[in-house]
Amino acid sequence: MEYSGPKHKLEVTLPSEREIVMTRVLDAPARLVFDAFTKPELIRRWLLGPDGFSMSVCDVDLRVGGKFHYVWRKDDGGREFGINGTYREIAPLARIVHGENFDEPFYPGEAQVTTAFAEKGGATTVTMTMAFDTREIRDGAIESGMESGIVASYDRLERILQEG
Amino acid sequence: MEPIGYELGSGHLDATFMALADPTRRAILGRLARGEASVAELAAPFGMSQPAISKHLKVLERAGLVHQGRDAQRRPRRIEARPLEEATKWLEGYRKLWETNFQRLDALLGELQTDATHRRRTKRRKK
Repeated sequence: MEYSGPKHKLEVTLPSEREIVMTRVLDAPARLVFDAFTKPELIRRWLLGPDGFSMSVCDVDLRVGGKFHYVWRKDDGGREFGINGTYREIAPLARIVHGENFDEPFYPGEAQVTTAFAEKGGATTVTMTMAFDTREIRDGAIESGMESGIVASYDRLERILQEG
Repeated sequence: MEPIGYELGSGHLDATFMALADPTRRAILGRLARGEASVAELAAPFGMSQPAISKHLKVLERAGLVHQGRDAQRRPRRIEARPLEEATKWLEGYRKLWETNFQRLDALLGELQTDATHRRRTKRRKK
C-alpha cells in the first residue's frame, strides 16, 4: 500500500545563509487560515510539533508590540519547552511579523519570522520566512527540529533538489 | 522543536549546504542523480560555457558531492550520495516536523469549514 501523502506539499528551502522559508497551500480562505494562526483555541489544535506533545500555555496578544507565549509539554510527563516573542507588524488576513526565541534562549537575540497569507481561488498559500542573525543560529534551529531519524532516499533527494 | 543540544553537525555539512545554496549547482546535481555526465553534457542544457560549469563542479567536488569517474577521455562526473543523504536527512527532519503540523491544520480547517456550512444551513432552516 502506498500512501500518497497530503494533497499539498510543504516546501522548505534555504534561500540564503540566514533564512529558512516554508511554503504550504491550505484549502481554506485566508480568513480561516489567519484565525488558525492567531486564535489560541485554534493554535492549540495544530501547532504541536512532534507527536506526543501538547500545548500547556498558548497566550496571544495580537497587536503591534503585543507578546505571545507558547509552551509545549511532553504528554508522558517529560520536560516542557516554550517560545515567546513580540508582534512587530500585523496586516489582518495578509501578514504577520514577529520576533521570537525560546524561553531558555539557545541563541542570542531573536529570529524574525514573517508569515504571509495569499488567498487565490479559495485556497491560501502560507509563506513563513524565518530570518536568523547568523547561519550558525539558523543551522542550530534546524538541528533542534530533528526529532525523527529518517533515511533519505534518492527519490526524496531528487524532490528536494527540484524544489530548489 | 525541542532544542536537543546546539551542536553543528560538522564542517562538511556546512560545505554541503554552501554548495547547495546555488540553483545551478542544485540543477547539476539533479542531472547527475539520473546518471553520470561529462562537462560538455552538463553544459549543454544549462546554456552555460564549459568553464562556467567547471567552476560549479569544483565547488561540488570540494564539498564531496561530486566525483570524477575513471574514463580519462570523457572524465564523467558522478554524484556522491553520502554527504547529500546526511544533508537531506538533516533538513528532512525539520520538514517532517512542520509537515505534521500542517496536516493537523488541514484537518482543523476542514472541520471549521464544515461547521460554517452546517451553521448556515441550520440558520436557513430556522427562518
